[in-house]
Amino acid sequence: MPERTPSQTVGPYLHLGLAPADYKFREVFSATLADPSMPGTHIRIEGRILDGEGNVAPDAMVEIWQADHQGRYAHPADGRPLASNSFRGFGRCTTDKGSFAFATIKPGAVPGPNGTTQAPHINVGIFSRGLLKRLFTRIYFAGDPANASDPILALVPASRRDTLIAKPDPAKPGLYRFDIRLQGVGETVFFDA
Amino acid sequence: MDDTYSRAGNGADPAYLSPDYLSTRGRAPKQPLIVIPQTLSEITGPVYGHSDVRPEEADLTTQHAGEPQGERIIVKGRVLDERGRPVPNTLVEIWQCNAAGRYIHVVDQHPAPLDPNFTGAGRTVTDANGTYQFTTIKPGAYPWRNHANAWRPAHIHFSLFGPSFLTRLVTQMYFPGDPLFQYDPIFHSVPDAKARERMVCRFDLETTKPEWALGYAWDIVLRGRNATPGDPDHA
Repeated sequence: MPERTPSQTVGPYLHLGLAPADYKFREVFSATLADPSMPGTHIRIEGRILDGEGNVAPDAMVEIWQADHQGRYAHPADGRPLASNSFRGFGRCTTDKGSFAFATIKPGAVPGPNGTTQAPHINVGIFSRGLLKRLFTRIYFAGDPANASDPILALVPASRRDTLIAKPDPAKPGLYRFDIRLQGVGETVFFDA
Repeated sequence: MDDTYSRAGNGADPAYLSPDYLSTRGRAPKQPLIVIPQTLSEITGPVYGHSDVRPEEADLTTQHAGEPQGERIIVKGRVLDERGRPVPNTLVEIWQCNAAGRYIHVVDQHPAPLDPNFTGAGRTVTDANGTYQFTTIKPGAYPWRNHANAWRPAHIHFSLFGPSFLTRLVTQMYFPGDPLFQYDPIFHSVPDAKARERMVCRFDLETTKPEWALGYAWDIVLRGRNATPGDPDHA
């Protein structure tokens, strides 16, 4: 049987291949996941990537993967009918302006293992210079009562769960903030699945 | 709940902290990863069809008015899973520096010439057999500031999706016999020598096109599904 090809860093020049609009090469992904006609609660999620010294990483990339407002994924392994074929559930954003920012809809609850239900969440991949392989985490939503019974949050020590919760910005309706701390005080929880 | 995707081959990957590659010191997490089950959120992922990609995007030598400088090459291979099955219809994105070792990227200040006829970005989608093919020019080596007199071996960056969020892979393809391998902490971040060899392509006379371009072959192996009862491969 063939063996797996190892991961390597995206390096500092990732934009050229993965977000190449500045280099006059067509982009196939964007940070806007939902057009205005998409059913569901429209939200924005903004955040920064911070290194071990608290410096903002301006050379990172974030990818998100999520279910639609009914908690269904646009993928054959889900297979339940979707409310809109225009919702693919995937977005990509670089941090060269200091933050990443996605425009999407709040996902619904998703089936979990052994008959459980997972609270609404967004799956997150982080790539950058200095990361030899993708980091994988999740965004949950502050104030969602389903968080209390989420089977994945239950695996996270209570003292660190807060790193996975996006907070609404009181000044900007619909905006959630979610900073990712790669290392050190308040280090974000990263997963191995 | 049983794992849908194998965890066994994860050892091929480098650790997050690889101190000789200095940038990992401030960016590698210090807390251990939290192991979670593979739920519907992980076994699904973005799946893209041929409609997203144009055939000409797989040729990096024809994106400008003239031809780029350098050694024209064809890079061809298959995307497979760990059980040897092809991964069809999956997006492959690549990026690289030019023949002189210079990226068009604004951050690259290496005083080697830019090539007005070379951007260094391409993409394609694998066919039903998992096959991909790019035409490009051989990238040069270039200096970086990781340590004194540090040079990266020539490489092409590859990004792949596969059928789920868990099969996502970003890696680098290297060229055979590069004398810079032994000095490169990124190449050596992969601890296992055999696993490092899986990042190196091979010269391939069959892919070589007479009087046109040298051919290199490189298969990419993504994380595979575990065998399940009822599956013909199940022991």
